[in-house]
Amino acid sequence: MRRRLAVNLTVLVTFGIAATPDAGQAPPDTAAPSYTAPRTPDGQPDLQGFWTNATYTPLERASGVTGPFYTEEEAAARETGAAARETELTVPGTVADVHYDFTQFGLDRSQSAYVRNLRTSLIVDPPDGRIPRVTAEGERRLAARAEAQRQLGGRWDSAEANQLDDRCIIMRGAGPPLMDAAYNSNYHIVQTPDHVMILTEMIHDARIIPLVDRPLGRVPPPDPRLRQWMGISRGRWEGETLVVETTNFNGKNPFQGSTENLRVVERFRRVSDDVLDYAFTVEDETMWARPWSAEAPMTKTVGPLFEHACHEGNYGLYNTLVGARLEERRAAEAAAK
Amino acid sequence: MRHGVAAFTAAMVIAGAGLIAAAAQAPAYRAPRTADGTPDLNGIWQALNTANWNIEAHPAGPSLVRELGAIAAVPGGLGVVAGGELPYRPEALAKRNENLANRLTLDPEIKCYLPGVPRATYMPHPFQIIQSRQHIMLVHEFAGAVRTVYMENHTEAPADSWMGWSNGHWEGDTLVVDTTGFNDQTWFDRAGNFHSEALHVVERFTPRSPDTLTYDVTIEDPNVFTRPWTMSMPLYRRVEPNAQLMEFRCVEFVEDLIYGHLRKQPSP
Repeated sequence: MRRRLAVNLTVLVTFGIAATPDAGQAPPDTAAPSYTAPRTPDGQPDLQGFWTNATYTPLERASGVTGPFYTEEEAAARETGAAARETELTVPGTVADVHYDFTQFGLDRSQSAYVRNLRTSLIVDPPDGRIPRVTAEGERRLAARAEAQRQLGGRWDSAEANQLDDRCIIMRGAGPPLMDAAYNSNYHIVQTPDHVMILTEMIHDARIIPLVDRPLGRVPPPDPRLRQWMGISRGRWEGETLVVETTNFNGKNPFQGSTENLRVVERFRRVSDDVLDYAFTVEDETMWARPWSAEAPMTKTVGPLFEHACHEGNYGLYNTLVGARLEERRAAEAAAK
Repeated sequence: MRHGVAAFTAAMVIAGAGLIAAAAQAPAYRAPRTADGTPDLNGIWQALNTANWNIEAHPAGPSLVRELGAIAAVPGGLGVVAGGELPYRPEALAKRNENLANRLTLDPEIKCYLPGVPRATYMPHPFQIIQSRQHIMLVHEFAGAVRTVYMENHTEAPADSWMGWSNGHWEGDTLVVDTTGFNDQTWFDRAGNFHSEALHVVERFTPRSPDTLTYDVTIEDPNVFTRPWTMSMPLYRRVEPNAQLMEFRCVEFVEDLIYGHLRKQPSP
């Protein structure tokens, strides 16, 4: 019953006509040329509101899938199966069950708005839907990172050995690029004549993007010595499309393995009242042999976003470390007897 | 002669009162307007005072951490509370003094917790106002704290939170923000001044020149204070042409402080 209700609430976003998974077929036209976005009071295309990029579409095409698109029937079957697997995570007695009840509203993606997409991968270039080859230097960086993680020990050895999201430092949805964050993949966009703000619900990350050609004058490019977790973004309008370029990453929050040399170009275009096309190209010569691009459209969702005070309520991290030390002490006491 | 001095003094008092009245009646500064006609408060703003050290008047004092010497010593400040003294209930004053004595371990700022309201506004970090008709965002550099001010569809706070639930409206050029729904975990400053979950904050952001705002705050919390009280201070625009908020993702800076004693191999 709960599931039926959820599906009824789902906002379906389909890209053009249903396409068969034929690698040779041209992708359907994604833009709706007849649509003109509403305008902000100062005349910019209005992208404001609450959006989500939650989706069951994987970033990379699964092995064994050859074409860029599923049929409607195939896509529906995949989503039903994925939603069922999310529910199965709530098997009593399992770690997943102790951690989260995925049937709670919002944790199971199918219970709120999500983006339906016939694509077999979010990656549209390279045409095989896969992240390009890692360079020799990239392999060296990945090995060094793995070694640094190994030096930190196991997950229960220290806070720093945990993943960034468990430490409440940053979550993958914040980007850039913006990506499905597994749950609460929600964003709030607010525009002024010279800035665009994108608030990511998870860990309340607000990215403030100055528009370079603003009334007050051009915004200079950022100093290369400035390095930030989310980089530094600069935006501009190309007709109906907001183009945001981000550099100056600190490399501590890799996107699919990226380094501090990552450059992200995002393109936001409203193609209907309820759909914001979102595409990005990432390049990082240190890591990948060539740039690659993905399309991860957003759909309107219901606001507002609530405060996500992750660090303040991070009892999980504290308690697991306490528990690990307690187990060690008990084991030592047992050994001493 | 004495009569003359008194008359002169009286005349000065009257003249002074007249000046104050004239100032009050002078045409107020009119803020520029956004494209939809509302006063334009967009920009990066910052307080320039010592309120985050102590909202009450305080002399300079030494650092809490010996090794930091003059770097973390407390600068003296005139205080921002109208009337000077906070109207604490006796038991609440005792708790404030206990907070003050233990501020090195109790101040939520030390742990990079969301700073609450109004403290976020006068921390030694800038914040940016991002203004649209429906929502006014107050984005703070410290801990990336964010407030959404709902200018339409006002509702009750759905749950308690660190930064509260803010409903806003315009009174002339003044943005009035009414905030409730707080938890009792945040402080007003580094001196242990505190509140309960009954906190009710009304802030008034009034443009006073192109690059300054007057920030007036009324605080109500009957669990802690005997009456409502107010604070006031100017806020200054960061006018650098390249001004922008920098990341201050301080969780990383406090992990060893919070969790270091729980390491398998304890920190040295």
